[in-house]
Amino acid sequence: MSRRILAAAALAVTSLGLAGPAQAQQRIQFEFWYGLTGRLGEIMEEHCKRFNDSQTKYEAKCVGQGGYDKAEQNTIAAFRSKQHPTLVQIYDAGTVNFMLSGATYNAPDLARDFNMKIDWSGYFPGISNYYATSKGQMWSFPYNSSTALLYWNKDAWAKIGKTKAPETIEEWWDDIRAMKKAGIECGFAFDYDTWMPLEQFSAIHNLPIATKNNGYDGLDAEVMFNKTKFADYMKDWKKLLDEGVARIQTAQTGKTILQAFTDGSCASMLSSVANHGVVGSTAKPGLNWGVAKLPVYKDFKRHNSLVGGASLWVLQGKSKPEYEAAAAYIQFLLQPKEEQWFADVTGYIPVTQAGYKAMVDAGFYADPKRQGREIAIESLTFTPPTAVSRGIRLGNFTQIRAEIRSELEAAFTGKKDVQTALDDAAQRSNQILRRFEQTFKGKQLP
Amino acid sequence: MDRRATFSNLWLAGALVAPQILLVVVFFYWPTLQALYWAFSTQPPFGGTNQWVGWQNFQQIFADAVYWNSVRVSIIFAILSTALSIGMALLLALMIDRQLAGHKAYRFVYFWPYAIAAPAVGLAFRFIFAPDAGFVSAINQLAPNLWNPALKGWDAMILIVIANSWKMMAYNFIFFLAALQSIPRGLIEAAAMDGSGVLRRARDIQIPLLAPTLFFLLVINVTESFVDSFGIVDITTGGGPARATDLMVFKIYSDGFKGLDYSMAAAQSIVLMLLVIGLTFVQFRYIEKRVHYA
Repeated sequence: MSRRILAAAALAVTSLGLAGPAQAQQRIQFEFWYGLTGRLGEIMEEHCKRFNDSQTKYEAKCVGQGGYDKAEQNTIAAFRSKQHPTLVQIYDAGTVNFMLSGATYNAPDLARDFNMKIDWSGYFPGISNYYATSKGQMWSFPYNSSTALLYWNKDAWAKIGKTKAPETIEEWWDDIRAMKKAGIECGFAFDYDTWMPLEQFSAIHNLPIATKNNGYDGLDAEVMFNKTKFADYMKDWKKLLDEGVARIQTAQTGKTILQAFTDGSCASMLSSVANHGVVGSTAKPGLNWGVAKLPVYKDFKRHNSLVGGASLWVLQGKSKPEYEAAAAYIQFLLQPKEEQWFADVTGYIPVTQAGYKAMVDAGFYADPKRQGREIAIESLTFTPPTAVSRGIRLGNFTQIRAEIRSELEAAFTGKKDVQTALDDAAQRSNQILRRFEQTFKGKQLP
Repeated sequence: MDRRATFSNLWLAGALVAPQILLVVVFFYWPTLQALYWAFSTQPPFGGTNQWVGWQNFQQIFADAVYWNSVRVSIIFAILSTALSIGMALLLALMIDRQLAGHKAYRFVYFWPYAIAAPAVGLAFRFIFAPDAGFVSAINQLAPNLWNPALKGWDAMILIVIANSWKMMAYNFIFFLAALQSIPRGLIEAAAMDGSGVLRRARDIQIPLLAPTLFFLLVINVTESFVDSFGIVDITTGGGPARATDLMVFKIYSDGFKGLDYSMAAAQSIVLMLLVIGLTFVQFRYIEKRVHYA
């Protein structure tokens, strides 16, 4: 309902804009599609508006697609019928599809053709490494970037006499078991999203998800997550579920993990730092919460966590003025002032070191409202990225996530033993990878 | 006696049917042919060069246990939701036809669900049946964990069956009511005077005379539950938990649009199309024989 009102309001605003000054008609327009939804989607609109208000030459028309996956699907469908936008926000997992698509106008080319001022080495290495090709170039512009954190309820921990978030996974399990004894029914809420338990977990433990350095070295990679510590981690989750100290929370059970955390019913969750702002604004009054780096198993040395989020891709088949406008838009987003505004209203981290430094100097992170957000940067830059903590580049990774999700559902509901489920997921993931390799026969990862 | 309408002006006749033919070709034959081509090749997501792979896509589908699971789940769904929606619609139509108090209002209201889009139905039922927060959560307060479609496959199946039947029931209801009202009152009244009760009249007079309608609805409901159940599944269960509601049509969507494997999705569409054609054929061949058209 509120979305409909919003759409109507947006429509009213646009029509007002059109009826306004005559110069509006001479502006160069270009289309930008984004995937973020909810409050973050509204912020995308606001960012566009800030750009349109900042100058009179270009006009960005920003269209929400109702989800990251939908943004990718719709862009592909639109590209096939030549109705695609100039610029599109594509999430991390879609990167490889776009790299191989032959449909993109790559970032270095755009920057060269339109004299953009971009300091390629100024991006955080954790971010640029994730998106880079084997030659170290980024073909898209990193935009909203996040990483995963542990969200913990300080009052719940106070009940067991602790004032600090757990550092190790063992400690975390002990804490939530102690909470159960202290009368807290749900110490940890999780869902079937693989981003936190598989991808982030593997990065901070420096464990491979797939051979060939998580797929960066070739399309013939095979997954191996079923043979790493990740399998033990999932067995632990199942055990906690059976003991009744942790709970599965999804939209289908009535409450997402975010809602279960913010209403105080579950004491901890793993989530993106991008939700820092949302947790702050939706937490029930008096909820005393904090964030911490993801816990690691005590026998492991902590490594950097992965960047998540999305980057901006420019697509082929558009006119020169449209590219010029898109280039201006990207340049606008990279201004430290804009990076700070965007980080402030969302919780996303700045993508450039210059942006981050400007924010630290301005006392951005000292504000109690943003307390803990710097932990995301700390987590992301904890160590220089290794060959596997750099990221994941597997074909059709969205589908692989879906397979793991289905198998985890089977495991957590007791239909299968956890190891069998993960073995099955791995086997099916490898089928997907072979399909992908076949569909892109003769192509090489750039 | 063979009566046939003939047209002496073939050009005019052609021009008159042309728009219809065009529609069918553009929206049915052309996509079907394209799907057929994709099913025998690999289609990259962004378009471009297909490679001919022969029967490989089909072999891969039929060798896949997950695919057979979705066939099994689809058949269960089709049987349950067809039985429930036809059964309930028949019951309601018989009641309305008896012209009990307030029947006019009910007659009006019962058709409404069909006018609601499937995703909206899904959203409503997701809310009603949410184990933590929905209306049905009261059950869980009496018996913890009795109902949880997010964790239990059968609960999820029941949820989508109810949601789909609720919607289809409205459609079936109108057909049954229309058919019931065309049964001569005299027959019912005569039976009533002979002393037969409501149930007896329904069993021996009304339902046999409804046979053609029943058959028509059977075909429509089975077909609908195979090809038109996507919206509800997408909103309520997303095919889960653990593929317990991964209907064939939903799997086509997720492989094609989420997985970007258009060829595999196309091959599955072809199989689904053949299955629906086959089922319809079987129904006409074997069940229709037992239908007496008045």
